[in-house]
Amino acid sequence: MIELVWLIPLFPAIGFLFNGLIGKWLDLDKRIVGSVACLALGLSFLFSILIFFSLLKLPPEARAAVPDKVLFDWIVSGDFKTVIGYKVDPLSIVMALVVSGVSFFIHIYSVGYMHDDPGFTRYFAYLNLFVFMMLTLVLANNFLLMFVGWEGVGLCSYLLIGFWFDRDAPANAGKKAFVVNRVGDFGFLLGIFLIFANLGTLGFNEVFAKAPFLDTATATIITLMLFVGAAGKSAQIPLYVWLPDAMEGPTPVSSLIHAATMVTSGVYMIARCHLLYSMAPISMAVVAIVGAATALYAASMGLLQFDIKRVLAYSTISQLGYMFLAVGVGAFSAGIFHLMTHAFFKGLLFLGAGSVMHAMSGELDMRRMGGIWKRTPITFLTFLMATLAIAGIPGFSGFFSKDEILWQAFSSSHGHVYLWAVGAVAAGLTAFYMFRLFFTTFLGRCRASEEVQKHIHESPPIMTIPLMVLALLSVIGGYVGIPHILGGRNFFHEFLAPVLGGLPEGTGHTAFSLVRPAFAGAGAAVGSGVNMELLLMGVSVAIAIIGISIAFYLYIWKTEVPKRLGERFKTIYTIVFNKYYVDEIYDACFVNSTKKLGTFLWRRFDDGVVDRSVNLVADLMLWLASVLRRIQTGYVQNYALGIILGAVIIIIFLIR
Amino acid sequence: MPPSVTPLYFFIVSALIFAIGAVGVLIRRNAIVVFMCIEMMLSAVNLSFIAAAHYLNSLDGVLMVFFVMTVAAAEAAIGLAIFVLLFRGRKTIRMDEINLLKW
Amino acid sequence: MTGNIFYWIVFILTSLAAVFAAVMVITRRNPIHSAMFLILNFLCIAVLYLLLNSQFIAIIQVMIYAGAIMMLVIFVIMLLSVEEEERRRKIPVPLAKMLGMVLVFILFAQLIVGVAVRALPGEQGEFTPERIAELGDIKTIAGLLFTKFLFPFELASIILLVGIIGAVILSKKER
Repeated sequence: MIELVWLIPLFPAIGFLFNGLIGKWLDLDKRIVGSVACLALGLSFLFSILIFFSLLKLPPEARAAVPDKVLFDWIVSGDFKTVIGYKVDPLSIVMALVVSGVSFFIHIYSVGYMHDDPGFTRYFAYLNLFVFMMLTLVLANNFLLMFVGWEGVGLCSYLLIGFWFDRDAPANAGKKAFVVNRVGDFGFLLGIFLIFANLGTLGFNEVFAKAPFLDTATATIITLMLFVGAAGKSAQIPLYVWLPDAMEGPTPVSSLIHAATMVTSGVYMIARCHLLYSMAPISMAVVAIVGAATALYAASMGLLQFDIKRVLAYSTISQLGYMFLAVGVGAFSAGIFHLMTHAFFKGLLFLGAGSVMHAMSGELDMRRMGGIWKRTPITFLTFLMATLAIAGIPGFSGFFSKDEILWQAFSSSHGHVYLWAVGAVAAGLTAFYMFRLFFTTFLGRCRASEEVQKHIHESPPIMTIPLMVLALLSVIGGYVGIPHILGGRNFFHEFLAPVLGGLPEGTGHTAFSLVRPAFAGAGAAVGSGVNMELLLMGVSVAIAIIGISIAFYLYIWKTEVPKRLGERFKTIYTIVFNKYYVDEIYDACFVNSTKKLGTFLWRRFDDGVVDRSVNLVADLMLWLASVLRRIQTGYVQNYALGIILGAVIIIIFLIR
Repeated sequence: MPPSVTPLYFFIVSALIFAIGAVGVLIRRNAIVVFMCIEMMLSAVNLSFIAAAHYLNSLDGVLMVFFVMTVAAAEAAIGLAIFVLLFRGRKTIRMDEINLLKW
Repeated sequence: MTGNIFYWIVFILTSLAAVFAAVMVITRRNPIHSAMFLILNFLCIAVLYLLLNSQFIAIIQVMIYAGAIMMLVIFVIMLLSVEEEERRRKIPVPLAKMLGMVLVFILFAQLIVGVAVRALPGEQGEFTPERIAELGDIKTIAGLLFTKFLFPFELASIILLVGIIGAVILSKKER
């Protein structure tokens, strides 16, 4: 069964080709297109499940050593050889399950959501292409194939963000996403080059076998370069600016690509390269710090936005920050765990937002919503489940994953108490703004116009069933990772352990211990480890409840307070509301100068130099011809003169 | 007893007549005279061949001359026919007036 | 035989006559005069052939060159009623013609240098004059023509055929 792993990406590829070529050409009925797309994903998901069970049959030690399924040699050049090959191990199969499963439900949802759109066929073609690329990314057994998937999802992101390309905003957003991604990809490529330069190979098995022979400096540079790529793809500081703009795309796209799958590829990549990162404590520290900073920074921006999808976008950036924080402190499986639960609840949140938009005739502004819970019950309840999950309320999936991250941030030898503190504050902010969103949208007085209010209705089952499935997963999805402290066995961590190693022990020294020996691994220093974990758990739950309460106070009870607060702290409010003016700063620093350089090269160099030199050659030929043709005078005796001249010259050589 | 007439002398004569013929080709304006000068050049070359054949005791040169003469005869026929046609068309056979094949 | 004084006298006289005739060919204004002198030139060269023991070629020279070809030329000259060259006391020689004369002079010098400096290359054949006299001049030539030089012989006949056809076609009156 495991050898059939190559079918998993193949089905969506076939779906893409079918819908893209035949569907477009024959202008097939929407039902056929939708069915083909969903069927492709369904088969992918099915095979992922089957292979997962095959993997379970193996003993745990053998799971990470399953031989790769190699389809064929791709590049063979001298000593360098790369193959098209797929790797089946716990990490990749978890990712494949998440990707194919969540994608499957989002495809079903999209059939309903995009029903009236003229670009229906194109949409599903792109969506299938995306899943194909994403599955290639997670199942690849070497860096180069992974990079192919990496680029491919970037391309599909561009295509899908700019889906409604006839409008300016989506087209520009698509471009922005692609260009910013490219900056990250540059770093990624440098990392790959360095790996090849130092180790001579790009296959995962070979690289990780040879990696221990690298010295720390090289490993640090490699991992930092790879992290640049991850920062681009997973929207961390400073390359996050594309994600909020990406909300111009259709909502299911935001759900699939910018919540559940593409943006998590950076986390996956770091988890896959955990061996390299463990060798470079400085990189780990960088990753953790950037992750924590992003978590807090993005959460702060989500506090004040009014567009539902924007709030969710910043929330995604923030949660990705958590995942990077996790892998940065060495808790690789915790990062993947949060990736999975985040896929469930964030995917659900976006789909729910889409459902709300559907109900409110396309409205996205929170300020014009409210009190719709009675008329959209399913959306309301599922959204509530997801919001509770993301806020980290015990019993829901988000609680388990987020808490494990915070605990590891505090106690791991790569961790630091400041990291935990930042994470905890961000958690509080998360709870606050998510419930702000929830309360404003669903409860309270309805602030929509009369027209809109008449049409508020629940979405059709084809949209609500995926919502319910994801809601269920948001609730129970966490139970595979119940930590030991609460009596559970943490199946998730156990399952991934053959690939990712046990609990992070560190490599003897960490970045933080070099800087501040007193604070590193504070968990070991203060009290016994077990009680500390429970204490911190209680703290984070308390923070969440505080956040929810404040939201309740501001948005249900005393709804006039937010406006007054805004006026009192006007400067801070304006700065945060305008996203700290980062887009404007980037424009001034990078974008404008690049545009100027491009225009210069175009006008002065391409037109001026290249075109002119080509014309010059042509003109030269014309001039030469006009001079030479005067030889043809028409007088035979001139020709005879030429003959004699030639004869003289030749005879000179003959009588030498 | 004067020295024997080596082939050198015949070659000198041949070269002289050839050069004079070449000058004639370049100088004269009458097309038929130019043609005659060309025939003279061919004849001078024949002289060279025969001289070489004689002093090498071979008949290859003689046969070479045979063929040259054959070709010269055919060429004379065709060339003069062309002159006749030219004259019919342009009413002149002066070289400087027959110059249409130019750029 | 070749060192004979008589030989030398004939050689010198005939050569001078040939060169003189050649110069006259290129300088006479009247084309008929040029044709006459050309015939003289051919005859002198025929004599030189005799000196070189090629009786057959000498005869052929007279028959074909001086006979057929020149007759044709004279016919054409008279047919085309060419007037005499313009009478000008001084005919200015344009630059191209000066250049031409210079080049020809250089050519001549080169030719002389070419033959004078080097020994005549080529291997001695087997047809000494005695042997030719023994076998018969024309017989030997004919023999070679049909064996060693068969291919050129056939080609030459094709050329003559083409010449005949061409001359006829070219001279047809326009309809």
